[in-house]
Order: sequence, then structure tokens, then C-alpha cells
Amino acid sequence: MEQLIEWIKQPWPWYVAGPMIGLTVPALLILGNKTFGISSSLRHICAACVPAGIPFFSYNWRKEIWNLLFVLGVGIGGFIATFFLANPDTIVISEATQADLASLGITDFTHLLPSDIFTWEAVFTAKGLLFFVLGGFMVGFGTRYAGGCTSGHAIMGISSLQWPSLVATIFFMVGGFLMTHVLMEPLMKLVGF
Amino acid sequence: MTQVKDKKEQIQDPHCVAPNLREDHDKGLELLKYLVLGVIFGIVFVKAEIISWFRIQEMFRLQSFHMYGVIGSAVVTGIISIQLIKRLNIRTIHGEEIIIPDKVFRKGQIIGGFIFGLGWAITGACPGPLFAQIGSGYTVVLVTLISALAGTWVYGRFSDKLPN
Repeated sequence: MEQLIEWIKQPWPWYVAGPMIGLTVPALLILGNKTFGISSSLRHICAACVPAGIPFFSYNWRKEIWNLLFVLGVGIGGFIATFFLANPDTIVISEATQADLASLGITDFTHLLPSDIFTWEAVFTAKGLLFFVLGGFMVGFGTRYAGGCTSGHAIMGISSLQWPSLVATIFFMVGGFLMTHVLMEPLMKLVGF
Repeated sequence: MTQVKDKKEQIQDPHCVAPNLREDHDKGLELLKYLVLGVIFGIVFVKAEIISWFRIQEMFRLQSFHMYGVIGSAVVTGIISIQLIKRLNIRTIHGEEIIIPDKVFRKGQIIGGFIFGLGWAITGACPGPLFAQIGSGYTVVLVTLISALAGTWVYGRFSDKLPN
């Protein structure tokens, strides 16, 4: 048992995590005819809290409570994994990535998220505006405009062989590559890195 | 009859990729299974370090195979599972036929997908990991989540004016 817990505490390799994520697709279908998708939860929260008479948010969100419970579970799972099953060692990030990010001004590579960015002190600064406010807005706006995110399109959509989802996934990657390789350096300089 | 009509309308709603196609409503404690599934999912997200901003940077810089392995093997598992469901005519635990709605191509998948990609590289998180990051104690990500809700709301407000 102790050995098992020790093993669980190590970072999980992709060939364990990937199939487990993939199995969410049939699990949701078989448990209740539900299609896997996470960004929809953002729409349901809008529909529940600020519908403002907008047709896009005028539907029976109560029928979609399962989706809200699912994301609540994701949050609780994050809590359990971090506070009870945490990896005792520091995260191992590829040397090349560390070198690239160090040249952009990132100095701390010991946590899952860089402490150079993800602090409450950063919220009301230009850094926070870029990484939380603008970044978050693009995630919410973009996923809804695209009709889904990595789960709804890349995993559920491609799994069910829907070519529009493949198109969406390709453009997720195009946006990500452009940001990482072209826009990130000037933007980070602009916010004071 | 109205239920069937509702269902069809929902399938045709181009903005909802995660429709609830169960005929019967999930009630009370029955809903807990989705919470449990979410908990497992959240644990996987953290343990495989998918919630890490650094792992997303490695992915977009092509400096690690990890994220490609995760997404790739998830898709392969999903494809096999759905083929099995279809070929073996597997039903839900309530005996309903499993319905997988077709996705209709729209310009939004290109424009919206591109905008999401830009945001994904900055925040280091797609919507799922956002929730897991908050649960992991990175409470500042609540600001990102609220911004994402604002983005979703603004899309909803102007969706009829955007090219689609």
C-alpha cells in the first residue's frame, strides 16, 4: 500500500494520463449520454449568473448542472492531488525550455506555475493584465467562438472523427505557436520582464 | 415529442459542443457520478503536470513530447472507445441509445480557435486546467477564470454580429 502511494506521488507519465483522459469520453457517454466538453461550463455559469436577456444565454442551464459538477470535481481533484498526493521532488522542465524562458526573464523553475507571474501582487500590474485578464479573456472568448476547447474539440471531436474539430485544433496550435514564438517576447518586455 | 424536438435543436446549436442528450433527467444523488469523474480528471491533470504553465511552454516550443503524448494517447483511446460503442451498439447504463452529435463547420472554429490558442500560450491553461490550478492553491487563477467568463459573456452578447 505504501509503495502504491509512493508510486502515485511520482509525476504520471503521458501513457498513463492520456488514456485516462481519453476514457472520460466513453465514461460520460455511457453514464448519461453526455458529450465531453469543459469550456461549456463557462457558458452555463454565464447563463446562470448574468443571462441579461441575451439569446445565447437563454436556455435551461439547470439541465447542464452535470457539467458544472464535473468542473467542480476537477477543482477538488486538483486540491486532493496537490495537498495529499504531491510529488516530493521539484518539477523537471526541459533544459531548452528553461534556457528560452530564462532569456525572457523567468527565474523560478521549481513549481508547476512560475512564481514570477502567478502571484496576487501581479494582479493589478501590467503583468497581471497580460497573463490573467487578457489571456483569460482570449481563452473564454476564443473557446466559445470556436465552440469548444481542447476537451470538446481536440479530444471529444477528433475521437468521434469530426473534421471541423480537427480544423479547430489546428488553429488552437497555430495561435499557440504564434504567441510563443513571435508575440510573447515583445509582450513580456512591454509588461516589465 | 417536444423532448425530441428540443434534443434536435440542441444538436444543431452550433455553439454547444457538450450537449446533454440524456432523455431522462439526472436527479439528486445521481449527479454525484459527474463530480466523482471530475475529481479523477482533476487528479490526472495535476499528477501528469498538465496544469503546468511550463509544460504548455515546452509543448509550443517543441521541446518535450509529454503534452503531445498525453493528447495523442487520449485521442487514440477516445477513437477506439467510440468505435467500440458504435460497433457493439453499447447503450447507456439507463438503456438509452448513445448519441454523438455531428459538429458543423463554421468560421468560428478558425477565428475563435486561433484566439483561444493565443490565450492558451499566455495563461498556460485551457479551461479544464484553470479549475485544477485554482484547486491546487493557485488562487490568483480565479482572476483568469473571471476573465474567461467575461470573454464567454462578450462572445455571447455579440455572437450574432461576428462572422460565422
